[in-house]
Amino acid sequence: MNNFLLPALTLWQREIVRFLRQRSRIIGAFGQPLLFWLVLGSGFGHSFRSPAGNGAGGYTEYFFTGILAMVVLFTAIFSTFSVMEDRKQRFLQGVLAAPVPRPAIVLGQALGGTTLGLLQGVLLLAAAPLAGVPLSAAGALAAVAVMALMGFALTSLGLLFAWRIDSTQGLHSIMNLALLPLWLLSGAVFPAEGAHPILALLMRINPLTYGVAALRRTLYLSRPEAVTGLPGLEVSLLVTIAFALAAFLAAVRTAERSAG
Amino acid sequence: MRTAVIGAPALEVPALEVEGLRRSFGERVALAGVSFRVRQGETFALLGPNGGGKTTLFRILATLLRPDGGSARVFGLSLAESPAEARRRLGVVFQQPGIDPKLTCLENLIHHGRLFGMRGAALRAAAAAQLERFGLAARAGELAETLSGGMQRRLELAKALLPGPDLLLLDEPTAGLDPAARLDFGAELERLRRERGTTVVLTTHLMEEAERCDRVGILHEGRLVALGSPEELKGSVGGEVILIQTGDPAALRERLRERFGWESLLLDGGLRVERPGAHALLPQVIEAFAAEVRSITFGRPTLEDVFVRRTGRRFDASPKEGAA
Repeated sequence: MNNFLLPALTLWQREIVRFLRQRSRIIGAFGQPLLFWLVLGSGFGHSFRSPAGNGAGGYTEYFFTGILAMVVLFTAIFSTFSVMEDRKQRFLQGVLAAPVPRPAIVLGQALGGTTLGLLQGVLLLAAAPLAGVPLSAAGALAAVAVMALMGFALTSLGLLFAWRIDSTQGLHSIMNLALLPLWLLSGAVFPAEGAHPILALLMRINPLTYGVAALRRTLYLSRPEAVTGLPGLEVSLLVTIAFALAAFLAAVRTAERSAG
Repeated sequence: MRTAVIGAPALEVPALEVEGLRRSFGERVALAGVSFRVRQGETFALLGPNGGGKTTLFRILATLLRPDGGSARVFGLSLAESPAEARRRLGVVFQQPGIDPKLTCLENLIHHGRLFGMRGAALRAAAAAQLERFGLAARAGELAETLSGGMQRRLELAKALLPGPDLLLLDEPTAGLDPAARLDFGAELERLRRERGTTVVLTTHLMEEAERCDRVGILHEGRLVALGSPEELKGSVGGEVILIQTGDPAALRERLRERFGWESLLLDGGLRVERPGAHALLPQVIEAFAAEVRSITFGRPTLEDVFVRRTGRRFDASPKEGAA
């Protein structure tokens, strides 16, 4: 316990304290998804009809799940930038020179990003009725669990890059190149049904598709008939858990090879 | 020394034992086989110009870099085989600040303590005691970013010492400090050694800092070119040192040899002579070459002279920015 969990927990706590002390980060993290939701949702709502017919709310309702996924994704990006900062400020050197197993360090960092994403996701989830998403208590709880899983997977994926890349600019371009398309092609923005066959194929092999599908299915837990054309909940959850585990193990491997 | 009680220093495990350490970065050889030992309770300086291999050696000792060959042991614990156990005995202070500016002084210590498995009331008490000891108690609840440079250095030291390390590693501990803070820091180390018997290994490019240590290893181009106490090392230089600046050093060098039998070294457009009892002949030298000599200085040997003697080069202490 003392050698593994305690360091992981203390690093986790530190990530959150740091976040809460940087007002600009708080404003950015909460403001951006809300802004996206209002602007994109209301703008697109009239010109785009969801073929899956997810409820009567049109695109705003469809995109709501996508925005939840995006909040989690952006936090993953932000939290890994803080790891980069730690390397630059040499805080991480002190951690690496301490008798802490590398997996414990990565676990603390991943839990930090996951928590922040979840915090914002939950706040946004409260706006579900506004978007016409009929949220039940069980559905909300299940959605929170799915967001936690997705957050863990995406933060780990971000950490995989943050431990390897030395410049903020480099990390930025990798994030844009890798994480943003992952989100765009996950069913968050448009459904696979009716998309170009190549896009549809990419969406099928994108692990995040299953996270977004699981999220959508939990949001409509009380009205499963409203969600069509998506992988089932069990498959989606299994793939997301596998994604989270694989990304975490890959991040640990990278951290173990890197000496800081 | 701790072993005074046992009275068998020969059997004592060295605090640090480095053998044949090698490390290259591509073509560049940073360490070309370095060996030395540091006894328990000793204060040891790794002195050298930037680029001499100090930082590489430091990073290996701090377990952040693996050597290509050779070994390093901390209290008999191999860094390669049991890094976690070795890290428990080590306190490391890096040249670049390692404290978190967004955490308070107390929080910085608390988090660090937990990384070493400390917790609860015992941790809080130990952290408070460290802040007290380093004169930071009044700032305990303030963010570390609000501290002055000297205070941040002290917080760094408080943090490294919190888990009670037996060997303290310091990388250029006084770089960037003003002279007053530098003296403060030196006094702090002295107190530490006196009160806790902590072994200290530091890297430095400052002669004065190395002079205060029990023993000094001089690193140049990845090799130890000198190893011993400051007195021993200075004693190895021939007695007294005379530096002569002149327009035509090669010619003067020849004439010095003919007239006084002095061998000299060409250095930076000047001449350097080491000789015991040189002061007696100094007036005659000035008399004889008054026209050629631009300036002449006389001094006791310093560690800088040791460096020059062993490497044939000037000690270039110009700080290099951004050296990782």
